[in-house]
Parts: sequence; C-alpha cells; structure tokens
Amino acid sequence: MIKEILKILENDARTTTKQISTMTGTPGAEVSKLIKQAEKERTILKYKTIINWEKVGDEQVWALIEVKVSPQRDVGFDAIAERIYRFPQARTVYLLSGTYDLLVMVMDKTMHEVANFVSQKLAPIEGVQGTVTHFMLKRYKEDGEILEGKEEIKRQPVIL
Amino acid sequence: MSTSSHHQHNKENSLTSKLVSQISPSGIRKFFDLLASIEGVISLGVGEPDYATPWHIREAAIYSLEKGYTMYTSNLGTPELRQELSRYLKDTYNLEYDPASELLITVGVSEALDLAMRAILNPGDEVIMPDPCYVSYNPCVMLAGGTPVMVPTNQENSFEISPADIEARVTSKTKGILIGYPANPTGAVMTRDKLSQIAEIARRHQLLVVSDEIYAKLVYGVEHTCFASLPQMKESTILLGGFSKAYAMTGWRIGYAAATKEVIAAMTKIHQYTMLCASIMGQAAATEALKAGEDSITEMVEDYNRRRLVIVEGLNDIGLPCFEPKGAFYAFPSIRGTGMTSEEFAERLLKEEKVAVVPGNAFGQCGEGYIRCCYATSLAEIEEALSRMKRFVAKHKKV
Repeated sequence: MIKEILKILENDARTTTKQISTMTGTPGAEVSKLIKQAEKERTILKYKTIINWEKVGDEQVWALIEVKVSPQRDVGFDAIAERIYRFPQARTVYLLSGTYDLLVMVMDKTMHEVANFVSQKLAPIEGVQGTVTHFMLKRYKEDGEILEGKEEIKRQPVIL
Repeated sequence: MSTSSHHQHNKENSLTSKLVSQISPSGIRKFFDLLASIEGVISLGVGEPDYATPWHIREAAIYSLEKGYTMYTSNLGTPELRQELSRYLKDTYNLEYDPASELLITVGVSEALDLAMRAILNPGDEVIMPDPCYVSYNPCVMLAGGTPVMVPTNQENSFEISPADIEARVTSKTKGILIGYPANPTGAVMTRDKLSQIAEIARRHQLLVVSDEIYAKLVYGVEHTCFASLPQMKESTILLGGFSKAYAMTGWRIGYAAATKEVIAAMTKIHQYTMLCASIMGQAAATEALKAGEDSITEMVEDYNRRRLVIVEGLNDIGLPCFEPKGAFYAFPSIRGTGMTSEEFAERLLKEEKVAVVPGNAFGQCGEGYIRCCYATSLAEIEEALSRMKRFVAKHKKV
C-alpha cells in the first residue's frame, strides 16, 4: 500500500489524505499513519514543486560539473563526495561510471558565482584531480515535465 | 438506439433506402450542437483516453513513413501485424490463431463489427444483445438485414446480461449473441463463470457469439475473460479487438477480428471490396504497440483506476447512485432521484453547470434514467465536475 501512496504523492504532492484514501481504498487514518512513517524514515525526503523560474524573469545559472577524483583507502569516493555535497550550491551529486567520477550540478545566481565556486571551493579539494564545467543553456524537460510546448489534448468534447 | 422519434417518411420515391430510414438517428445530435456553443465546459462526455498515443508508437509510424511505407497492404493486414497479433493472443489467452487465415486487420473495431454482422446474417436473423450497449450494435445488425433482440440489464444486476434472459429469447431465427464486456457505457465486466453459462447456451443452440473486447486491457482488480478462450468456444466466437482504448490510438483506426478460417474469409470478401485494407501507417503503429506497449498500459490502467475510485465515490456522495464499474473508463450513475429524464438532465447540467455527460438513453431504452460519465480526464477536472454536479443535484433533487 505504501508504494501505491508514494506513487500518487510523487506525481502530485498536494493530493490530500482523503483523496489518497479514496484512490487506494484505504482508511484515511491508515494513509496518514503510513505517510508520517515514510516521512520519519526519510522514504519521503521532501515535498517540492517544479517551477519554470524564467516565467517570472528569474535568471538561474546551472552548471553541470564533471569531477575526476582519486579514491581514498577505506572510504572510496564517499568522503570527497561528502565534502562537495555539503556546499549548498551543489544541488545534485552523483557518482558515475565512465570517464569521470562525480557529477555535480551547481546552481547560483550568476555565471561568475558558479565559476568562483568551482575554482575556489571545488577544484582545490584534496583528491580532486580535475573538473570540466558545462553551463546549461536551455532546459527542455525537467523531471518528466516538458517546460514549453507541452502537448495539449486535442479530442472532441463528446464522443460516443 | 431508442431515443428518437420514429418519423419515417417512406415516400415511394425517397432518395434514401428504406433500410437506412428505419435506423434511428442519434437522439443527442442537438445536444452536440448545444455543446459546441458553450465555453468552459468540462467534458465527461468523451469515449477515448486523455493521452496522446505513447511516443514510441508514434515514432514507429513516423519511421515507417520515412522508409516509404505508404502503400496498400494485404487485404488481411500486414504480415508483421498479424504475426504479432497471433503471438499476443497466444501469450495472453493461450489462443492459437493462424495469422495467414484466421486474423483480419480492420479499420477499428467498428468496421470489424459491421463485417462480422454482414458476414453471418441472413435477412431476418436475430441477434441477442444487452440493453444498454454501445451505440453501433443495434444499427450494425439492422444494416446487415438482421433483427436486434434486446435483453434489458440494469444497475441491480450490475448491467450484466443474464444467461437465463438470453435463453428465453432464443428462437429458430436466432443466429448469434453480441456482447461487449468490459462494457461501454456501463463499465460492467462479466465473470468467467457467467460467460461460461452464455457459452453453454451458445453451444446448446448452435449460436455464434460476437464478442467486442475493445476494453479488454482496462479492467480493475478483476481479470478479463476472453470469450473465445472458454472451452470449445474458439470455433463459434468472432473475437473483435483493437488498439484504440488500451494504447490511446483512437484516431489511427486499427482493429481486428479473430475467428475461424471460414468466417474470416467471408469478412475479408466484404472488407476487400469496401475498404481494401486498413491504413499502413496505422498498422505500423499497431505493430509497435503490440511489440512494446505493455509498460505504458500498466501505468495508464493504474492511473484510470485512481480516477475511477474518485468518481464513483463522488457520484454516490452527491446522490447519484452508481454501481462500481470494473472495466472500461465509464461510470454510469442513476439520475432517477432528480425526476428528470436522461436527456433533460444532460442538457440542463450542460447549460447550468457546464458539465458535459452523455444521456444514458443514447445507448438503449434501458439506459434511460442514467448518464454516462467518462473518467478518462484529469483528476482536477473530475473533482471540479463533481463539485458542479453536486450543486446541480442539490438544486434539483426531489425530496
């Protein structure tokens, strides 16, 4: 049941307990209990909203940074990853297979600030061998949502 | 279709045929026109998914166009599609149909139904079917020279056609039984057990069963039984299916018939002279749907199920008693508590609250007193529609 509830919330975090109760045929009290538990166990990490900030004229600068790292004995990549993800500018941090090790997505207000973060904070970390910074030029799709030009439903209002 | 006034001007020199003039026009035509003139309508009046065809299916059709597949196909349909369909029917129902002679690809299930009726009926042959039922069942039988014999169903028997009622209507002229479960407009699904009883009657009286299973994939918490998969029924069933509902492919117009070699050959004769073949683009898309469409279906069905539970509870809460539909994407609540006819209800609901539903009598006499609400629309729209209907019902409820 918790999986079914999580699927509903992942798609729309504003779905009410009552609605979830109807959709899953589970008593409301049970739904509340399961959600609270998931929040406590950090299965549900956070409720957030996907926003197209450009619509309100807010510029955000996003950069995708490839980081090559020398792994350390006993802790592998984790210790360096932690040093990076503690910075609030680092919004997403992944360990990847392939030609580089960590993928860090950084968000800041200006390109200058992002560049500063990379050169002053990220690159000098011990164990970081090198970085390649890609500035994001355009977002087409975010977490499954198409930002502009999403298809409309084109059907007729009554069809037998 | 029962709604209309039977004004048959059978003038001797009428330009149209007597047969066609016997068929009632859809009684809700004026309702469509009214609908077109109103802005801001929330429509629960549709009979199709609110998704566009999954991208991988569209992409496959685009690719086939790019490669120059723009010609006629075999009358039966492309070998690839028939091959995939044969595999699909084997995997899903353990039914073996020879792709070379027992499957026919048609322009939607609508064409398949027309072909089936024309292929099997002699003038005056009777076909037993449930009332209410999909709008084309009755006219298709009549256009093929047959006589529809209606079996009333209602909310109390969950809109399931009763085997005893069928048997009571069997005469020396009865040629077949036409059923469509999961059902449009009611959402009813029949259990394997009940269908077996119908199979038993068909065997006893040597009747053909035409089973329209276009909604086969859309069932909730129950299993769909393919009529042809019942013991010894493959030979006497004409199985009709299609891609429109499950794969959100209504506009592609691809359906199919699966039956004995003899029946398929007869249907193919008509098909080849009237339609030639289904469109090759549509067939390319359908082939991709069968090869790789299962995942998108699972997600879609989960989504419909949530909406189904919301609308059924909502309708019951506002005083429109609704039996729990187990399939398709329709709820079919009773509006008798308002004292209005189905058409009156639908028309006033549209004018007063801008919600479009389909009056139940469009689907037969026994649909009177009900409305069809399609829940293949977003949850937000369903909830808004429910709140408007709540206001409407509260205003008009007879105490």
